[in-house]
Amino acid sequence: MKRTRPSNQWQGWLYVSPALLFVGVFVLIPLFQLVAMSTTDRSLLGGGRFIGLGNYIKIWNDAGFWRALMFTIKYTIVLTPILMVLGFALALLTADNTPLKRLTRTIVFLPVVIGLSSSSLLWFWLFDEQVGLLNKLMTDLHVIAQPMVWFVSADLAFWAVVISITWKVLGFGMVLFIAGIQSIDREIMEAAVVDGAGYWTRVFRIILPLSRRIILLTTLVSAIGSMLAFDQFYIMTSGGPRGQTFTAVYWIYQNSFVSFKLGYGAALSIVLTVIILVFSTLQIALTARSQAR
Amino acid sequence: MTSAVLSPEAPAVIARRRPQARAAYLIGAISIGVIAIMGAPIVLSALASVKTAADASAAPPHYLPTALSFENYAKVTRFQAGLATYVGNSALVAAIAIAACLAIAAPAGYGLARFALRGKEVAFLVLLAPIMIPYQAILTPLYLDFAKVGLVNTHLGLAVVHTILQLPFSVFLMRSSFEAIPREIEEAAVIDGCSTWQRLTRVFLPLTIPGLVTVALFAFINSWNEFLAALIFMNQDTSFTVPILLVSVRAGKFGAVDWGALQASVIISIIPCLAVYLVLQRYYISGLLSGAVK
Repeated sequence: MKRTRPSNQWQGWLYVSPALLFVGVFVLIPLFQLVAMSTTDRSLLGGGRFIGLGNYIKIWNDAGFWRALMFTIKYTIVLTPILMVLGFALALLTADNTPLKRLTRTIVFLPVVIGLSSSSLLWFWLFDEQVGLLNKLMTDLHVIAQPMVWFVSADLAFWAVVISITWKVLGFGMVLFIAGIQSIDREIMEAAVVDGAGYWTRVFRIILPLSRRIILLTTLVSAIGSMLAFDQFYIMTSGGPRGQTFTAVYWIYQNSFVSFKLGYGAALSIVLTVIILVFSTLQIALTARSQAR
Repeated sequence: MTSAVLSPEAPAVIARRRPQARAAYLIGAISIGVIAIMGAPIVLSALASVKTAADASAAPPHYLPTALSFENYAKVTRFQAGLATYVGNSALVAAIAIAACLAIAAPAGYGLARFALRGKEVAFLVLLAPIMIPYQAILTPLYLDFAKVGLVNTHLGLAVVHTILQLPFSVFLMRSSFEAIPREIEEAAVIDGCSTWQRLTRVFLPLTIPGLVTVALFAFINSWNEFLAALIFMNQDTSFTVPILLVSVRAGKFGAVDWGALQASVIISIIPCLAVYLVLQRYYISGLLSGAVK
């Protein structure tokens, strides 16, 4: 056994090497290029003079960036609790395996597998003030007197996106929470019933505490997704009105691929990467711990 | 007689049952409400897509089509370079991404799970790096590198970006798939004189088919739906993928949105995802849960 070990090492690494090579070439090298680029004034047409931390100082004073970042944080802080609470409520509703609950689960989960561009355009149509059926429904039900113009106000546009994304990704949290609920030991639940614990007591005293880790993990994954939001705003609001709904990624896109300020865009990307790194390190630590157990 | 004996018991049973029955009805009603709200957008979009073009742009709108018509689909079929080109682009990019994910992640999972490699946890963390570094951040250097070697506006170039996106999940999943195989099976193969390569292809791969299907499924759905890289890398109208087609249909020819054509293209874009998901639901959910629970 010991004699074959060196060759096993060599062979084992041979199997892993394509993956390492791929990540090296297409992720790590571009990352180094990104860092290097962020210290230059490069544009798509040329340039590339070394300006040190010039771009980072510019970011510090870039009101547009701060507005986009704050908007992204607001979006994340508003959306994440909505998704978690509604997702958990739906998980409680559908955790048993009856046919109706299975069907409910499948329907709630369907929007998760369709594209963000598809769902955003679908909702862009539903929200339209002239042909949109949501306005039609709300006026027919006398919720509003006349059709609302959702995308001329930053606040309404924000809520339009929040509503559409809630519909789109609600099923993701729900499915993870169902798995959490179903993995709880039946005996614990039965013992609680025998002890006379009512439904809500079981929810708050047993299900919620035992689902803590999966709730935290889902919250993190969901928050990272929201911090990187782009598609839904590009399609539904185009950053408007008056640039009030630019997100952080959208701001990077604007600088890099619309204004072609590549060096500056690179510095913005680095700042965003550092912010995301905090979230994703936590996520990986949590996942790794669950693997070890 | 029996009924008389049972009667003192009966009211108590009913009294206990009644709130439960009421709760069951309430839960049923809520479930149906949830189904209606969550299902309505897709159903309404599908209905709008088979309206006549005039009906689809009517203001105020009608909930249901007044007449069945496929002119919106016909219009999308002829849009710019033609629907077939765009669906073909998306399908080819997805196919390359699936092949790359399988070809890279399966051996990597095998190496990490079945060899006592020194420093393999470090390698594993490196392979998870694309989770920590959002791909949105490295698109600029990738674009410039790809422009130099002629990979911009190519299926291969976009497929590489989609593979980056999908690789951490794929490696993670394949590693756990290979780890789940009992040691006895490998030992039997070693005694039979199988090389490590034969062990992988003849013994292990058939046993990790669920993992491979899950990797392919996620690679397909995420590649088919990916928007930002496609927007940046595929900037000629013949190289657009379906998500980019959607945006250009919305932009229309003269600024006015063609709502019927838009809903037809939305439906076309979601049908492959829904079909694949409904057929392979079990794999999709198990993939989603891997790593999260257990």
